[in-house]
Amino acid sequence: MLAFTLRRAIQAIGVLIAVGIISFSMFRFAGDPVNQIVSIDTSAAEREAVRKSLGLDDPVVVQFARYFGNAAQFKFGVSYQFRQPVSNLLADRMPATLELAICATIFAMVFGILMGVYSALRRESALAKLFQAVSLIGISLPTFLIGILLIYLFSVTLGWLPSFGRGDVVRLGWWTTGLLTLSGLKALILPSITLGLFQLTLIMRLVRAEMLEVLRTDYIRFARARGLTTRAIHFGHALKNTLVPVITVAGLQFGSVIAFAIITETVFQWPGMGLLFVQAVQNVDIPIMAAYLLMVSLIFVTINLVVDLLYTIVDPRLRSTISRPA
Amino acid sequence: MTPPVLSVRNLEVEFHTRRSVLHAINGISFDIAKGEVLGVVGESGAGKSVTGLAVIGLLDPPGRIAGGEIHLSGMRIDHLPPEEIRRIRGKRIGMIFQDPLTSLNPLYRIGDQIVETIRTHTNLTETAARKRAIDLLAEVGIPAPEKRIDAYPHEFSGGMRQRVVIALAICAEPELIIADEPTTALDVSVQAQIISLIKRLGRDHGTAVMLVTHDMGVIAETSDRVAVMYSGRIAEIGPVQDVVQNPLHPYAKGLMGAIPTLAGEDKRLVQIPGSMPRLSAIPQGCPFNPRCGFVFDRCRVERPEPVVRGRQAVACHLYDAAPNDVAKETAA
Repeated sequence: MLAFTLRRAIQAIGVLIAVGIISFSMFRFAGDPVNQIVSIDTSAAEREAVRKSLGLDDPVVVQFARYFGNAAQFKFGVSYQFRQPVSNLLADRMPATLELAICATIFAMVFGILMGVYSALRRESALAKLFQAVSLIGISLPTFLIGILLIYLFSVTLGWLPSFGRGDVVRLGWWTTGLLTLSGLKALILPSITLGLFQLTLIMRLVRAEMLEVLRTDYIRFARARGLTTRAIHFGHALKNTLVPVITVAGLQFGSVIAFAIITETVFQWPGMGLLFVQAVQNVDIPIMAAYLLMVSLIFVTINLVVDLLYTIVDPRLRSTISRPA
Repeated sequence: MTPPVLSVRNLEVEFHTRRSVLHAINGISFDIAKGEVLGVVGESGAGKSVTGLAVIGLLDPPGRIAGGEIHLSGMRIDHLPPEEIRRIRGKRIGMIFQDPLTSLNPLYRIGDQIVETIRTHTNLTETAARKRAIDLLAEVGIPAPEKRIDAYPHEFSGGMRQRVVIALAICAEPELIIADEPTTALDVSVQAQIISLIKRLGRDHGTAVMLVTHDMGVIAETSDRVAVMYSGRIAEIGPVQDVVQNPLHPYAKGLMGAIPTLAGEDKRLVQIPGSMPRLSAIPQGCPFNPRCGFVFDRCRVERPEPVVRGRQAVACHLYDAAPNDVAKETAA
């Protein structure tokens, strides 16, 4: 088990190094960094001095090692547009994005699993058919359109919920949270629904399909032959067996929730990393873009690791194959 | 006189499909007494498993009981509401399925599955139920049950898993065990062990056993009586020696002729020509008439009802009228 965790962790570091190379190459891709720092009438000698002071005359490998070493300590350099360390900017914005992503995922998981189980158990009911139809809309409508529709309905027409921003936030150390104020919670609702709707429909359809599959298995038939209550069969035996694929999808989707957050944050002017990234792209602010890339890949890799470990908790068969390394 | 443990009268099972209604079981009747093992044989699709599922109330839609009665120790159970038949399942009727590899939930320890079943049907506490689970595992021949109880199904071999399945089937001391091809998925050497286990449990607890299989060897070894099924009907039923040594129904004769023996190595096995009709195309009259070597006009029109001949009962027109002629004819 420990060996498995270590092996996965080493693989994760490999992935991060690969992403690091890509984000490092972005600096060189956008032209000579010295030119972006000095003015047009700087002499060649001064340019060389700047180059030397920044370490840009070192071999590429050394520069990459320095860049990656710094990145590993969350030092991503200084933003061109804000003239502030990128790590501070990200630390400011990350709580907003993470809160949004977590709320959206919880919303998607809770309603997705409930609706999925319901539509598997009451396949013929009108409500189950309605869920199926609505889920098609959820899958096919683009995120920004859903956001705009929700704003139109709940903010403009009904005036119940704010249309943009995070509301009032409370500062807990370096973390800012909108979960402790009423306006913060109200501001969270629409973006969470917008961001989570696609995941919700995905999870719902997955749970329904898996559940129908599991209900046909021999061990469910045998459980019925043992006279267990319907409740114990559906929620004890069937649901647990549907959870393995659901964990995979929900875990991988959490990564894309953070990635998709760019769109939702733009629609709702949500002050998170996504919005920061969009602004950085508009202003060719390479340090922010590079750091965002690294952070998102770090989150992705971490989630994958957690998902792999979660499997072994749910499914004992995997536990024994893992502890017996091939 | 005490009523038989299981009494089935004129049972009919239908499957409603979009196109038509299929008659899977067409009016069968049989009894199983306390401690008795009834073997049910027949080709695939003869209705053996459906009979078992109908008795335990596990027919899945579109299948349903269309007629007849099922009595368990004198109590009628075929029309009970779902919640009441559920209480009978696992408590008064235990069921063993064909494939032990897929019968157990892979995500739960076997002990948890046994304890869950025991506690569904009794008032035992968690600890008492666990103790009983260990005793049960020991009874079905699992070595070191107090250790193995915490193992997961995938940590057992097929034969051991079938033993666990049997432990689950008997955990509430049922009056009747329905074993649906309990040995088909197992190795031959393991088959013998499982068969003798089922036989022993039936004897020790006085449990009635309905043993569904298409293996005549298994029937001959374990059963007291045997029912030969064909196209959703019982062609012949009687004590196992009588039916094996002196089958009356032409189909039963064919079936016994198709059993390989060590003595008659030089003879070719006899085949029954053709195959069993599909449920959607059961011929009029006797369903066996297109394949029967003794067929006559009446077989194509009128359905034969069971006739008693000694200790056997046979559904064949050959035995209706003149028993002497028939004996001559079939002996030829």
